[in-house]
Amino acid sequence: MGTHKITTQDVTFKVFRFNADEDYLPYYKEYNMEVTSEEVVLDILNRIKWDHDGSFSYRRSCRHGICGACAIKVNGRSTLACKESMKDMIELFGNEIILEPLSIKRAVKDMIIDKADFWEKHAKVQPFLVSKIDENPEAEHLVSPEEVENLMDADLCIQCGACHYACPVVEINDDFMGPAAFAAAYRFEADVRDEAGTSRLSEVNQEFQGVWDCVKCFECQEACPKDVNPIEKITKLHNMIFAKAVATNNVATRHAVGFKHSIAKHGLLDEGELVRYSEGNIGVLKHVPVAIKMFTKGKIVLPWNMPKSKNLDEIKKLVKSSSTAKF
Amino acid sequence: MEKLRYALFTGCTAKESTPEQMMSTMAVANKLGIELIELTEASCCGASHLQDYDDFLSLVLNARNIAYAEKHGLTMVTICNTCQLNSAMTKHRLDNNAELKAKVNAKLGEVGLEYKGTSQVIHFLYAIIDDFGLDKIKEMVVKPLSQFNIAPFYGCHNIRPSELQNETHKKAENPYNPTSLDDLIIACGGVNVDYTEKNKCCGFHAELQAPRTAAILTGNAVAGAMDANADWMVTPCPLCHLKLDTQTHHASVAIGREVSLPVLHMQQMLGLALGCTNEELGLKHHVTKVDFI
Repeated sequence: MGTHKITTQDVTFKVFRFNADEDYLPYYKEYNMEVTSEEVVLDILNRIKWDHDGSFSYRRSCRHGICGACAIKVNGRSTLACKESMKDMIELFGNEIILEPLSIKRAVKDMIIDKADFWEKHAKVQPFLVSKIDENPEAEHLVSPEEVENLMDADLCIQCGACHYACPVVEINDDFMGPAAFAAAYRFEADVRDEAGTSRLSEVNQEFQGVWDCVKCFECQEACPKDVNPIEKITKLHNMIFAKAVATNNVATRHAVGFKHSIAKHGLLDEGELVRYSEGNIGVLKHVPVAIKMFTKGKIVLPWNMPKSKNLDEIKKLVKSSSTAKF
Repeated sequence: MEKLRYALFTGCTAKESTPEQMMSTMAVANKLGIELIELTEASCCGASHLQDYDDFLSLVLNARNIAYAEKHGLTMVTICNTCQLNSAMTKHRLDNNAELKAKVNAKLGEVGLEYKGTSQVIHFLYAIIDDFGLDKIKEMVVKPLSQFNIAPFYGCHNIRPSELQNETHKKAENPYNPTSLDDLIIACGGVNVDYTEKNKCCGFHAELQAPRTAAILTGNAVAGAMDANADWMVTPCPLCHLKLDTQTHHASVAIGREVSLPVLHMQQMLGLALGCTNEELGLKHHVTKVDFI
């Protein structure tokens, strides 16, 4: 103690303002403030309300990164306002800080959004333990530390929605369940006490809404304030879908399996064959116009010219001996 | 300065759908005096999809690729963001988990190989910035790109997840405000364009499974660059390149607006500034015509 020095900086905040009851369109209001190196984003929200405009609205509760109420976007980055240091934000984005709700299209009043879609999708995965509880057990139901490890911190999720509204697929596809719902699905799928059978996995296996529509951008991993790492859980769900034979024969599953076939044959990926194998002989036809354009530019390798990795026998041997999945 | 030498993991697209990426990589390396020893033994990295089906097999194959770089005693350089992610993630997981590393090595041992963890894995973009140096690039520029507004498109797998950033380049890049590609544009004499989509997803990995989603992401990216008054785009990722270069028709239909811009590989942009010829850089291999030269 004693040597720590508090510094201050002048910052311009551009703050999203909107009241669904009064406004047709949102607008941004500027507030200039002196910010100390000790403050977090929530302090700024408080100061806007207390010192500038009492009508300014936002959600807050625990102030300790556990209730998940205060998630907003700072310069487009999802964050928990109560955990995020202003000093770090200024370092990253400079002295012009933009404060917006997690989802502009779901804004109700200022930072407050209608999170109904988040909760509906969350509920879809049965985010609870499905188990016939013996009301008079004769012994404890022990879960080993190793079995708890298997949850891979998925149980740390506080349902703040930071990852959900950082996901570009959620933004585009209203049916997509989103990273938080998938992390919750994994949390209970990985629980040794769970008896949901394949119902939960079948839900996240559905085309358009399930894990196969993930674009693998890693925005969810960056956004999560609790290091839940949703995309890691999405990969785990992919694996479980194959392992528990929930996978259906469709373009997405064939696409994942197709890599193995190609690597076993060439070492490298046969791009054309992967598309044909994934889409099927009829589905592949929709790619023909682009393929023709690519061919004229020398971007398509014909099957008889397909390059192969050197020491291909090693690769073939490893694919055979190291394969753990069957489908 | 001692001559820079790397083991080059080309990935699959360089051998197939983006021949211009391979050509420009070698042309630029040649100009800069960087020696790239191609890992011809390498297999496909699984492109972040094989692991969905068989995570262990994906680890073994990526470890095998890195083992070959280790045999040369060289840092592995990638020229594809997704190859970079899969290789670096494999390294990260094996280097931090002795049990998993032993399991993978048990398999590699069957073909007389071992993954040790001695080679770094970095994308060519960061080899150029960190090891070669942008100041030296600036000195070598013979045809500055000063007449162009250039929109950088970073590609997810070079900037996310940030847990890999410290292992893959000297100055960790922040995924919310990346600067490397902007710095390279400036070093080449160009004007870097700022726009919201520069660090966003192009949709490539869901193109077959979720074509509408993928097309909208591509459309948004090109539209963002156009609205920021860019003359062309540049990317270090051949998968982003494929999406932005060949899929603009679907993208235009999906977002209800005609979008199209020439897209250069980062190597092609650098090559132009260094005075490589259009032929050396394979500029004729683009679906969206490179019409400004």
